[in-house]
Amino acid sequence: MSLDLETVRHIADLARLYLTAEEQARFAEQLSAILDYFAQLQTLDTTGIPPTSSVLPPRSMLRPDESRPGLSREELFLNAPQVEADQFRVPLVLE
Amino acid sequence: MTDLTELSLSQAAAAIQAGELSSLELTKAYLERIERHEPDLHAYITLTPELALAKAGEADRRLQSWRKLGGEPPSPLLGIPLAVKDVLCVAGVRCTCGSRILENFVPPYHATAVERLLQAGMVLLGKTNTDEFAMGSSTENSAYGVTRNPWDRERVPGGSSGGSAAAVAARLAPVALGTDTGGSVRHPAAFCGVSGLKPTYGRVSRYGLVAFGSSLDTVGIIGRTADDLALILRHIAGGDPRDATCLDLPTPNYSPDATTDLSGLRIGVPLEYFIAGMQPQVEGAVRAAIHTLEELGAMAQEVSLPHTRYALPVYYLIAPAEASANLARYDGVRYGARQPADSLWELFRRTRGEKFGAEVKRRIMLGTYALSAGYYDAYYGQAQKVRTLIKQDFERALQAVDVIAAPVTPTTAFKIGAHGDDPLAMYLEDIFTLPANLAGVPGLAFPVGFDAQGLPVGMQLMSAPFREDLLLQIAHAYQQATDWHRRRPPVL
Repeated sequence: MSLDLETVRHIADLARLYLTAEEQARFAEQLSAILDYFAQLQTLDTTGIPPTSSVLPPRSMLRPDESRPGLSREELFLNAPQVEADQFRVPLVLE
Repeated sequence: MTDLTELSLSQAAAAIQAGELSSLELTKAYLERIERHEPDLHAYITLTPELALAKAGEADRRLQSWRKLGGEPPSPLLGIPLAVKDVLCVAGVRCTCGSRILENFVPPYHATAVERLLQAGMVLLGKTNTDEFAMGSSTENSAYGVTRNPWDRERVPGGSSGGSAAAVAARLAPVALGTDTGGSVRHPAAFCGVSGLKPTYGRVSRYGLVAFGSSLDTVGIIGRTADDLALILRHIAGGDPRDATCLDLPTPNYSPDATTDLSGLRIGVPLEYFIAGMQPQVEGAVRAAIHTLEELGAMAQEVSLPHTRYALPVYYLIAPAEASANLARYDGVRYGARQPADSLWELFRRTRGEKFGAEVKRRIMLGTYALSAGYYDAYYGQAQKVRTLIKQDFERALQAVDVIAAPVTPTTAFKIGAHGDDPLAMYLEDIFTLPANLAGVPGLAFPVGFDAQGLPVGMQLMSAPFREDLLLQIAHAYQQATDWHRRRPPVL
């Protein structure tokens, strides 16, 4: 298996993703099968081939850098899970 | 008039503007069909009937005043109903993305594509079902239940825009917006026997489309005819100061002209898209459709897109990598669901662990792995280089031909649950649709026949970037010569 349990736990930590023991085992197996299938990519010689990160022609569409009205405080808090004194409330960050 | 839901967009528009039909009559006809068939099909996540009736009344008042006072003629879309995939924001209407993590999320603004259609006076019927965050090919990954294929309710509608495709096929909407990151408009269009356009990346603003794979995401359209798609594209295409990747190009009229003469058109048939293991009736219907285009004057020739087989690994590294970054925003702090916890770290982990579904978690894992130290070059970096080769395949082929014609899917619609818990089998559903997204070219899927079980077969046309006009013209010519697109699911 190309992806062991320890790696799965490490990746889940990086992704801030809680996984049950059962999920860890299943993902180790499934992601290994997927990565094994993807190994065919390594057989291609890509020396000198530039990477494509965007298919767009190299020009940017930029708007004038001017201040504009944004969303109001009320609108922003409408979807917040917990608000206190006009701020997003979260558990203690620093002891 | 008999069945109002059988009118095409331009027919309905003409009747509305002539005063022979009111928006309220048309909207009610759709709401009645929704009431009857939605419980069986589950094409929608959220319905907005009150809003629809209010907007339809408003449209009728605008039309009345225009008829009385004259002035600028109203948009042909004024008063026409619309369904929107539930990954595109409509201000004031909840947008779930098919996910529990956004179960109660109400966007404060419209997506640009939505805004342009609402400004033209379209009437929102509701938000359609989708695989969670558009990740899937069947709508089975929706946290709100699977959508059923109107042609056979034991089967999936395809995905991820399966709700939009099923709604259009079952006449629960005349037209719908979808999104296509790796085939999510074309795949369900093929499975449901309707037409679906994935525009060129950069043609339609992505502002207000909840991000999945930012270098691949496009806003697309699902409708019953090429003509209908053209009318919608004309309204949603064009530059947007809120999306730096949307090009400020002039928008053609798009509406196909009446000619069915395709003389001089060169069609490329890529040999890599006719593979062992595909359903023979799919290949048969696609080859017959290419023959029909030849009868209309086109010339078909074989072309090669040699890196096609690598599109699947390239896509399933790049899209999850981009998704893992895009979905980092769902942390339970500023919006979306929150799973209570004692520390901030646990709050992030628990919220994401509890509220994301299995496929989303799998892709976040895959993407995080592909971007992580030590694996970046081998996976993500290599995938980006092979993406260049895939793009070059298209550039080369499209020098010899004007369009490429290919199947959309290797098979017709599969049974619900058929792929079980086998993610790779589901990914293989997309092998024919992924390359267009990787190369950034437009693709148009439309029905070209049925298999022995009465399930629709689709064909797609792909062209050079920004030639949607050509794709729509060819599909229109085909639809003048055939009637597959007029068939409707038998039980409805």
